Amino acid sequence: MSTTTTAVDASLPDSWGELVTTALLGTDRRTPPGSAPGPDAPSALLDAAAAATVRRRAGLRPGRAARRPEPAPEDPRPALPPAAARRLTMLLADRPGTPGGGRRGTAPDLMELLPQWLATANARGYAAPPAVLPALLDAARGRTDLRPAALRFAGPRALWLARLNPDWRFALRAAPGGGASVPGARDTEGVRRLWREGLFAERVALLAALRSREPASARELLATTWATERAEDRLMFVDSLRTGLGPDDEPFLEQSLADRSRNVRATAAELLSALPGSALAERMAVRAGACVAVDHTRDTPTITVEAPHECDAGMERDGVVARPPAGRGERSWWLGQLVEAAPLGGWPGRLGGRTPREIVALPVADDWQGELHAAWCRAAVRQRDATWSRALLGEPSAPEAGGPGAVSLAERAKLLGTLGAAERAEWVAGFIETHGLSEAFQLLGVCAVPWAAPVGRAVADALNIARDAGSYPWSFSGVMGLAERCLDPSEASRLEALLALPDEPENASPGAGGYWSEAFQRLVTTLHLRARIHSELTP
Amino acid sequence: MPGSSFDGMTEQGMRWTADQVLALAPDAASRAAGGGLGAAGRWSGAGSSGEGVVWGLCEAGGGAPYRTVVDVSGPAYGCSCPGRGSPCEHALGLLLLWSGGGGAVARGEAPEWAERWIKDVRAKGPGDAPDSPGAADPEAARRRARRRAERVTAGTVELEQRLADLLRGGLASAERSGDGLWEETAARMVDAQAPGLAARVRELASLPGTGADRPVRLLEECALLHLLGRGWRHRERLPEGLAATVRSRIGLTARADGPAIRDRWLVLAQYDTADSRLTTRRIWLYGTGTGRTALLLSYGAAGRAPGLALPVGPALDAELSAYPGTGQSRAALGERFAPPAPTDVRPSGTTTAGAAARYGEALRDDPWLDSVPVTLDRVIPAPDGEGWQLADADADTALPLTPAARSRPGLWRLVALSGGGPVRVFGECGHQGFTPLAAWPEGAGEMVPLC
Repeated sequence: MSTTTTAVDASLPDSWGELVTTALLGTDRRTPPGSAPGPDAPSALLDAAAAATVRRRAGLRPGRAARRPEPAPEDPRPALPPAAARRLTMLLADRPGTPGGGRRGTAPDLMELLPQWLATANARGYAAPPAVLPALLDAARGRTDLRPAALRFAGPRALWLARLNPDWRFALRAAPGGGASVPGARDTEGVRRLWREGLFAERVALLAALRSREPASARELLATTWATERAEDRLMFVDSLRTGLGPDDEPFLEQSLADRSRNVRATAAELLSALPGSALAERMAVRAGACVAVDHTRDTPTITVEAPHECDAGMERDGVVARPPAGRGERSWWLGQLVEAAPLGGWPGRLGGRTPREIVALPVADDWQGELHAAWCRAAVRQRDATWSRALLGEPSAPEAGGPGAVSLAERAKLLGTLGAAERAEWVAGFIETHGLSEAFQLLGVCAVPWAAPVGRAVADALNIARDAGSYPWSFSGVMGLAERCLDPSEASRLEALLALPDEPENASPGAGGYWSEAFQRLVTTLHLRARIHSELTP
Repeated sequence: MPGSSFDGMTEQGMRWTADQVLALAPDAASRAAGGGLGAAGRWSGAGSSGEGVVWGLCEAGGGAPYRTVVDVSGPAYGCSCPGRGSPCEHALGLLLLWSGGGGAVARGEAPEWAERWIKDVRAKGPGDAPDSPGAADPEAARRRARRRAERVTAGTVELEQRLADLLRGGLASAERSGDGLWEETAARMVDAQAPGLAARVRELASLPGTGADRPVRLLEECALLHLLGRGWRHRERLPEGLAATVRSRIGLTARADGPAIRDRWLVLAQYDTADSRLTTRRIWLYGTGTGRTALLLSYGAAGRAPGLALPVGPALDAELSAYPGTGQSRAALGERFAPPAPTDVRPSGTTTAGAAARYGEALRDDPWLDSVPVTLDRVIPAPDGEGWQLADADADTALPLTPAARSRPGLWRLVALSGGGPVRVFGECGHQGFTPLAAWPEGAGEMVPLC
């Protein structure tokens, strides 16, 4: 209590100091106050020190109060129902580092349910109980994927708390709008001052917050200082225009195509190409169109490709990267970039009025199919074009869908992202019914949670088939983990039948049946738990 | 313990929260494992009786399921698993399942195996078996006591000699010779059968190693050791209460022979401290009727959790008996009449000045006290340089937190609960500062454990 608490020992301020000095030096060298030198001196010193110690302690009084922290802002949201609060405590108590290792047993993986818990609590608009905020912030600190939902749920008091603990600084950076430090929408002067004087992170946060509210004023704010910004900062700032990108941004981006920094130019070009009406998109359409044509002189109409022979200054200005990565031919590298950036809407007109589906179905001469289709896939994703995505995805039951076809699984997953949730689910369900689960992980990852009925049924059936085939469940641990988190809890009753220990088929891996039963048990338990979580959060 | 005393208590009324259950875990690993087992999938035949008994079969990965049973009124735990922790992860999981409600643990008749176990436990009687008095020949016991007193006296004489040598040469030069000095002295005190002295000496070795504070702390502790030795040798001339305090500080065991006080005891805090030899568990209780604060101490051998575990937050209808000695909070848990049940009662609080004064007054009864239990009302946690303090909301005064409290996760729960506003805080207040152990929000709201 020595720092802020004053010891009231007015009667012996000096004698206590004298006692300490004497003790340090030793009674052989110094005689304690009020006693005679000699063999009894140490004992006399200790007697005096004991009395002084008790007197000092008994006289302790509170010290002066330091500056108290500003009160945390009010959290107007309603309090969490008690059962949900208890559940949250349990989920947060299940920290990684738990013993158990490889085999997962039948207990649900509680930490994995936290994202859903948070999403539901946020959708209901509940406030976090103050006492769980430290555990919540610690969890979000360890897992960046949790941060947005955790911080939203944690609310204003968590940001208040994060300012007091350096371990939680991330919360101030990650908070939408950087926490309370971003001025309000009408505070024009505050916005300008923060933009001029703020630290880089604060400025990025300010720009992002403004951009999500009023895209135009964010761009205008950026334009006021654009010429004087450092190249790395310009890159971050131009990238923030991705949010709320629209035709109004074209003049600014077009101007950025002449930027000193190559990365800024490339980003500006990429953004422009996602605006189908932009001048850059039109220029790219002309260039790409010159490379791709339909040859009607053959027996069947066939697409022929004449890749560009050079990357001229105009192409480079429009963001085409001249040097290919190691191992790639430069002409095909340039072609890919042109097709990727050209508006997809122009192709039917250039290729004989064919629909996207018909275009994709055309044979492509001289092994150009892979290159061309891959570029169309990237364009469909960038331009979020559902018609082209559908055409490029093809039928889920087609044999090449499961194999190493023209379009990779990763690309398919991205294409699926441009479709509506129901259509996505139908396609993935169809894929699993034909090709099983071994390739389905990436595709399942893009399905909306909880999985729509067709996906759920397809996964359950496929797992059942895999079990009957006698393989080990951990070959499917990725899908199993996804299923625990994403299957609709109402599917649990359909899965109960799978819990029983099956008869081992002849060619089964030894003991596989027991492991499957365990894995299904965990699946069903987790589904039940998710149903409980849902009902606890539903008033 | 007659079953009829639980009549009229609803199942809901005595159900614990997940926090309370998790607080019973002896260590982080069993806490995490128990959390994983708190879901319906692993359990079959789980049920609870009106008498505070919960049971269930926990699937055991292939073999026969573990039989787990908990007597919540104890609480006492039984499980057929090979684990040695108490409560084991299965008992924790079962309690979590039970605390979650929702029908996973059905109300019903206990199966035969659970019934048998509960009968065994209750037959042993309440509390951890106290030393049985009168078992042996009283004359032999007196002889043993006399012999031990002689050894303790010899020990204090030797300690006195060592302290005198130390002070003669000076603390500064003794410090240069290292901590071996204290370890050796502590070992001699163990030989002298004075474990209290040994523990104090050992703490001297672990005083903060640097800073201007160190010589002061060293002199203080040496002086208090000296005072304790002198107190022992002159114990016949001390008032009986203070003599008992000296005996307990020296480390002589006494029996809790105070009158039994029945109350609903709110469990304020439970925390363990451990060194290489011993785990010490402290449980602070507050009598909601009497307003008394009492400390239950229990011990576990190195690495083992002490036997007694109570859920923090609810109140326990039970009898407590004080240990002898002035200024002592320690009591022994006697008969328990009902399982822990929720309570809205909070201890009444004082100001920081009131807390400091209370510590000062308590030193009159026991000059060796490091701290006293106190509840502060309307204080605001505030950062103060490297440390933290609890500042009065209505005055310009504050108590610093102890260095140990600064590094505990409970500090941040306290700060979060406060949000810059006043809270009520129970803790230990002493010469090192204040150690917060439990807190309540200003308005309505449950107690938040901080340890």
